[in-house]
Amino acid sequence: MSAKIDLENVSCDFGSFRAVDNANVSIEPGEFFSFLGPSGCGKTTILRMISGFIEPTEGAIKIGGKDMRGQRPNQRPTALIFQNLALFPLMPVWENISFGLEVRGVDKATRRKKAEELLELVDLMGAADKMVSQLSGGQKQRVAIARALAVEPSVMLLDEPLSALDLKLRQHMRAELRAIQKRTGVTFIYITHDQGEALAMSDRIGVMSQGRIQQIANPRDIYNAPINGFVAGFVGENNIFEGKSGAVAAGMAGFDTAYGTLRARINDDAKGSALRLYVRPEHTLLSAAKAEENSIPVAVSEVSFEGAFISILCHSDDGKLIVAELRNDGSATVPDIGTKLHASFDAARAALLPDANVRG
Amino acid sequence: MNDLIRRYGVTITALMCLLVAFWLVMLVVVPNITLFEQSFRPYLPVVDVGGPKDVYSLRNYAKVFDGSIERSFFGIPYMIPVHVMTFGLTIWYSIVVTVACFALAYPLAFFMAKIANPKSLPTLLLLLFIPLWVSEVLRAFAWWIILAFKGPLNALLLAIGAIDEPVRWIVGYDGVVIGLTYAYVLFMLFPIYNAISSLDTNQIEAADDLGAPWWKIHLRVVLPHAKPGIASGCVMVFMLSAGSLLVPSILGSTTSQWFTQTIDQWFKDALDWNTASAYAFILLLLCTVFVSIALKVFNVKLSDIAK
Repeated sequence: MSAKIDLENVSCDFGSFRAVDNANVSIEPGEFFSFLGPSGCGKTTILRMISGFIEPTEGAIKIGGKDMRGQRPNQRPTALIFQNLALFPLMPVWENISFGLEVRGVDKATRRKKAEELLELVDLMGAADKMVSQLSGGQKQRVAIARALAVEPSVMLLDEPLSALDLKLRQHMRAELRAIQKRTGVTFIYITHDQGEALAMSDRIGVMSQGRIQQIANPRDIYNAPINGFVAGFVGENNIFEGKSGAVAAGMAGFDTAYGTLRARINDDAKGSALRLYVRPEHTLLSAAKAEENSIPVAVSEVSFEGAFISILCHSDDGKLIVAELRNDGSATVPDIGTKLHASFDAARAALLPDANVRG
Repeated sequence: MNDLIRRYGVTITALMCLLVAFWLVMLVVVPNITLFEQSFRPYLPVVDVGGPKDVYSLRNYAKVFDGSIERSFFGIPYMIPVHVMTFGLTIWYSIVVTVACFALAYPLAFFMAKIANPKSLPTLLLLLFIPLWVSEVLRAFAWWIILAFKGPLNALLLAIGAIDEPVRWIVGYDGVVIGLTYAYVLFMLFPIYNAISSLDTNQIEAADDLGAPWWKIHLRVVLPHAKPGIASGCVMVFMLSAGSLLVPSILGSTTSQWFTQTIDQWFKDALDWNTASAYAFILLLLCTVFVSIALKVFNVKLSDIAK
């Protein structure tokens, strides 16, 4: 049981502040969709509008094709998992889980049975009679998921539910959440400011900034083909170059910078606007010899060992920082500090992007 | 203690301890012990005090059972000692006042804690507090005027056509209940307000999101959380009501008698301080027992209330 969710020209104002501006998204049944953005970008407002705690100022929210305007949260086929989980501390675990059934008038034996089933689904057998305060962070998480699943929602809404967990548990719960979503087939809408979380779990991601959805795409495209500088910057690191774009040919353009003319990909609709060149550190190569194109002479100023990769911080002659990352697989030799090298990148791996899409 | 001395020095610490000790001993312990001792001695002419007739007994306490009157319960007549009846009615109407205070305070406390705009809250609190600046006597008299047969309440109700002829409000215990409810409702409001304020709003929203209707949210989430606050409000309102003398004296009718008024009459009219003391201790003891039983029934610990 899952439903399609459509946001059509949805805006939300708080007084004179526009929290969400003209959001258009179509989320498929059974999809794991994430809204990713920094705090204050409007992602939680979107979630609260879908769950019914806030009405959109403009536009329509449709769940399963049905306009939800005027529907109270308790009338919508959604279940929300709160950031702090909001479990009921005065009820034992099984009553927490079956609360949604209790209000629907289901008898006690059936509720108990359903709670046990759901505890099994979230891998928490035998905890039915414990109190919430006796559970660990990860266990509380599972109870919150079970409680939301108990009402058999078409859509699960998750408001950064993993943010309170420590790193290891968070990574474990990512996989767990994904597995539960696959098992139940329910549409998941996930809110997070953690790009790793969004990239790892989602079918598609909507990156948001200042109330606007910047880009909607699958995780690979979000990372590899960001639509603008904000998206590129939010989901990963970049070396950024200022300059002026030149002639465009076959999706590639020249870009006049202080380091000569560089070449990079360009989107058709990006022409004419103020652009910058973005290239990822892992696509930035260091070599002793000058490369054929996109080559900048640099000197190594710092080597930072990060574990899985080694970050090489270089400075160009005019002091610009350029970062390159080497995989820590023994294939690359780590240069000494002060070594004179050439930083270069493949033109197909670099992109000319406009800044974020914001209200003028 | 060491911490106190280190922070304030020996002189100020000693002064503070002495003041607290004075307050406790001279203003609480000594008067109560004096009354307690007196309550077991007979009321005697001055010449006999300390004489052979001045012996300890429970005679004063037994006086509540003197002088029975006839009452009927669903047509079945029975005899009941008049002071026992007064005591029973005092407890009963104190419960009514407590319930009335709860019914008024809970919705307002919930509104203040969860719905009201935080910016307008100080104004709201001020509006609630301003009446407290007026003395309790004046407030009781104000109600006496409002509730009078030819008073403003009847005039208003007649004017809007809610009633056809004036209602006599101050009959039986009605005036007392209204007056006590008004006097003590804030003692119910603030503990409940504090309790509800500490409830995570997400829990209310979670219950709402899971499909709970508003009354179910209150029954299963808000009320259980606010229980210690409610209990502490109820204890305060009940004890204050049962122990109030002023409101029953002013707003009482010819047919109402509060147990404190009986005590007052033993003190001031009969000048029998011994019996008055005995009655006062009966009130204190039985109210304490009653509250303890109520707390037990509603499964509230005394330590929860102190929070």
